[in-house]
Amino acid sequence: MNLHAIAAIYRFEMARFFRTIWQSMVSPVISTSLYFVVFGAAIGSRIQEVEGISYGAFIVPGLIMLSVLTLSLTNASLGIYFPKFIGTIYELLSAPVSFLEISIGYVGAAATKSLIIGLIILATSFLFVPIQILHPFWMLAFLVLTCLTFSLFGFIVGIWAKSFEQLNLVPMLVITPLVFLGGSFYSITMLPPFWQTVTLFNPVVYLISGFRWSFFGQADVSIWVSLLAITGFFALCLAIVAWIFRTGWRIRS
Amino acid sequence: MTPIVKIDQVTKTYDGGHQALKGVSLDIVQGEILALLGPNGAGKTTLISIICGIVNASGGRITVGGHDTITDYRGARGMIGLVPQETTLEPFERVMNTVRFSRGLFGCPPDAAHLEKVLRQLSLWDKRDSKIMKLSGGMKRRVLIAKALAHEPRVLFLDEPTAGVDVELRKEMWNTVRDLQADGVTIILTTHYIEEAEAMADRIGVIAKGEILLVEDTAALMDRMGKKEMRIELQAPLAAIPEALGEFALERSEDGAALTYTYDTRGERTGITRLLADLQSEGIALRDVQTKQSSLEEIFVDLVREETQ
Repeated sequence: MNLHAIAAIYRFEMARFFRTIWQSMVSPVISTSLYFVVFGAAIGSRIQEVEGISYGAFIVPGLIMLSVLTLSLTNASLGIYFPKFIGTIYELLSAPVSFLEISIGYVGAAATKSLIIGLIILATSFLFVPIQILHPFWMLAFLVLTCLTFSLFGFIVGIWAKSFEQLNLVPMLVITPLVFLGGSFYSITMLPPFWQTVTLFNPVVYLISGFRWSFFGQADVSIWVSLLAITGFFALCLAIVAWIFRTGWRIRS
Repeated sequence: MTPIVKIDQVTKTYDGGHQALKGVSLDIVQGEILALLGPNGAGKTTLISIICGIVNASGGRITVGGHDTITDYRGARGMIGLVPQETTLEPFERVMNTVRFSRGLFGCPPDAAHLEKVLRQLSLWDKRDSKIMKLSGGMKRRVLIAKALAHEPRVLFLDEPTAGVDVELRKEMWNTVRDLQADGVTIILTTHYIEEAEAMADRIGVIAKGEILLVEDTAALMDRMGKKEMRIELQAPLAAIPEALGEFALERSEDGAALTYTYDTRGERTGITRLLADLQSEGIALRDVQTKQSSLEEIFVDLVREETQ
């Protein structure tokens, strides 16, 4: 294992993050605050409690997931797409590193960034609504696993993308709808039966449900199903990355 | 002497069907400067990219320092430094950071003293904290070299190091390369300038259309390439070349208004003085005289013709 290489990639990527730390932090904090003002205070005040939890508090796990999913995806995809775009990827390809090491470096850095942002959003939400975290360990476990999985997914998107348009396609067309329809702002039990069934095909439902359980002890689906779903998706992404690296798909001609 | 880089029957056919390399074999000797000379599209960059691991070969085998570039890529790549043709650098990074990154990427522990030495050698030490986007083109090229040297490679590939570079910087680059050779680094550079190959290289490999046409000591090759042509335009056309001029092997143009004399610039006597004197004594009046060095293109054509004979 080329540990120096992993450390070099990780440090290099994190340096980019810390160079623009204020931009990186301010935008998610502001957008989350806006969600709280609109959904929590303005609209939320007219919404009854959801499963015994005030609406403002109910949406916190979903909001964190919304940001963490999107950030993981964009961070990781840009992290590997940018060297491809400006040509510095030659150095990665000519270095004595395995693709596993490259992935650990890039995905690790992207996941770290979104984890930091996720925790900042969590801290921000304490300012707006009273929140309890019943299972802090599971909360953190879900958060870390989500950051890792979606960074890995973003890494694949970054390798796949041939243009900046394609790079934006997945977060815009796939992630945002899945998160909005994944129960960020409602419990899926509030949906008509037909749509409840449809929703079960949305992987994000399991993430948000499990994550919300770690806060309030209530979930739309069983916590074990949630855990299984996210580890399954993680394993799938890992398998795709392994295949990409074996074949050199979109990387080595 | 065992070669430090051994290239054996390497082929490359791109997905589109373009055959970039047609069975290239080449041994590179430790400590030498080898220039790969060839026109655009000859396969120079493809060959280097395959050795360095950027492009997959379609067939053949390469070893660097005895390490197979596929089965033991870590051993092979650890010995190699690559300076690419394009100045591909992250614009917002600082010089020292990007060089430090390169060293780590190649699996070396941090070594501030070595990086300082490299940056000083390339006159970049004062710019170590500058953003790359603020540097001049020549400096950016030197940053690429610094990155390639950060992990103390034994073999350095320079892909067209002086393409689009002004004369002064070119000379500077040549000096840098010689210094590196003095440090024991084996250097392979590609170029399409004959003068550059002549000035730098111990050996020259000529590559065209995906094949190595020949590899020779620079001096020997330059002798073969040193032909020059003199075109003599006449006041009045000649019906035939006078017999007295037979020894010069002149070629008469179709309309008889011009003669072409081919001579060797490296010969002790070029024969020009005598030819002009003889022309005068034959009473042939001249309108104009031009001389022309055989272009690289023509030399390639000659070489291909020789090789196929």
